[in-house]
Amino acid sequence: MSKDETLGEALRRQGISRRGFLKFCAATASLMALPPGMVPAIAAALEKARRPSVIWLSFQECTGCTESLTRSHSPTVEGLIFDTISLDYHHTLQAASGTAAEAAREAAMEENYGKYILVVDGSIPLGNPGFSTIAGISNKNMLLDTAKGAAAIISVGTCAAYGGIPHAKPNPTGAVPVSELIKDKPIINIPGCPPIPVVITGVLAHFLTFGTIPELDELGRPMAFYGNSIHDRCYRRPFYDKGLFAETFDDEGAKKGWCLYKLGCKGPTTYNACATTKWNEGTSFPIEAGHPCLGCSQPDFWDGGGFYKALSMPTEDITRTAVYAVGAGAAAGVALGALNRAKKKRIEKAHEKVTINDLEKGD
Amino acid sequence: MSEAELLLWVRGPALQIATAIFLLGVVVRLAEILMLGRKKDLAEARGSAVAGGLRTIFSRFVPDRGTLQRSTFNVVAGYIFHIGFFVVLFLFTPHILLFQDVLNVSWPSLPTPMVDATTIVTIIALLAVLAHRLQNPVMRFLSGFQDYLVWLVTILPLVTGYLAFHRIGAVPPPTLIAIHILSVELLMVIFPFTKLMHAFTFFMARYYNGAISGYRGVNS
Repeated sequence: MSKDETLGEALRRQGISRRGFLKFCAATASLMALPPGMVPAIAAALEKARRPSVIWLSFQECTGCTESLTRSHSPTVEGLIFDTISLDYHHTLQAASGTAAEAAREAAMEENYGKYILVVDGSIPLGNPGFSTIAGISNKNMLLDTAKGAAAIISVGTCAAYGGIPHAKPNPTGAVPVSELIKDKPIINIPGCPPIPVVITGVLAHFLTFGTIPELDELGRPMAFYGNSIHDRCYRRPFYDKGLFAETFDDEGAKKGWCLYKLGCKGPTTYNACATTKWNEGTSFPIEAGHPCLGCSQPDFWDGGGFYKALSMPTEDITRTAVYAVGAGAAAGVALGALNRAKKKRIEKAHEKVTINDLEKGD
Repeated sequence: MSEAELLLWVRGPALQIATAIFLLGVVVRLAEILMLGRKKDLAEARGSAVAGGLRTIFSRFVPDRGTLQRSTFNVVAGYIFHIGFFVVLFLFTPHILLFQDVLNVSWPSLPTPMVDATTIVTIIALLAVLAHRLQNPVMRFLSGFQDYLVWLVTILPLVTGYLAFHRIGAVPPPTLIAIHILSVELLMVIFPFTKLMHAFTFFMARYYNGAISGYRGVNS
């Protein structure tokens, strides 16, 4: 597509009807909890948007985030918008490689300086610059260099947002999230392993419509998508409240679809839109498939004390400590009691008896 | 420390420390009390000391008429918050899972809305007993720092648990849960060194009183 083509033109050229486009705008508006009156505004803004330059940097990652966005079964409006607005530079998707690819990145940066959106997936290793390089440039240097001219940075996936799996103990590469290196640019975190595709396009649509970044929570995530816990929106929540739980993965409770809390579900401490938008075009989400939530959109989810351990259970062996404490307490108590007794005896022995004669002597 | 690290710390090392102090302290104090021993009663027995002791442990759960009339408020509010505290502590599913993990025993839970309502009633009862303590001149005179401290560490887990369950507050919910667990650990740590020990010693005190009367062949 030519650089001057608008998003609306590009979508129509690819066979998306106006009706289909408006449906997407309405869905985006409702997802982001915007009033229905905003739908025409979103449509108008997206229609007229000229393809913003997007540079996508992939560092220590598994490409799952890109897969999540690009491998839907049928081409969706989200996917096409993504195709249309991207991408001046994306390691996985671009045809060019090596020097030519780096030249494209530098050209895009120069042309759109201060205006392009920088998308990052993957964490950045600080342990040794050689742990992860692209065209001989360390991840850290490439991020710092590319971030300078960015209008905003979108950290896609838990690795870019919070360090993710590379950051998990013992963190051999010294992996850090984007927010640890960049302090002077607006950063939107879209965590998840991988994040929900519609959340990524929703944030891009918001940026294109309003030119601002959406309201974020204390972990830098858009409130519209990460405002509720999985637990509070879970269709299995009534079972939790009634006290009906699956105790194992194949018992009667599991077959009846009862709550997975006892099997280690992290829904109560996890904030994401899985329970509402679901996955694979609204088909289901992990809990619906019978597996507890792993909490993948939370920082340090990999070190959260075990995927299959209920949230309220201790993360260490308390029983052993308890046994030792009772044993030591009994020993110390008996020893102290014996000391008390000995002291009592000593005092009794040292007690001088006073006779009536002793008392009379004084007079 | 990030919120995930804080939650991990309170569920792991902090709980280890709290459990160790709690059990060590309680067992030392109980052993010391038991080691005091009893003087031999030289009078002829007119009844069973053991039977009297055991009976009194349970019979004292029923307040006698005089006490009930004199301090109706204390008895009623006291019962409400004690029973409420037990219901919330022992009949809420996540709590039962904690006991199951440590003790390897489990029991049925109450539906969460019932535990939720009990929490509110318990908090109100605790606030009422504090108001009563402050208003009544005699009780205020008899109260020292420790009385207010044990009241605080008792109500804190209830309030923080309620906030964490309903996700109310300026801090993120995982931190709320961490604060809730920390408040329980605070309760465990100061427990052996304060009047909270009555949770264990009241059995012994009642047994002692009952045994003296039982030996003499009278009802205590």
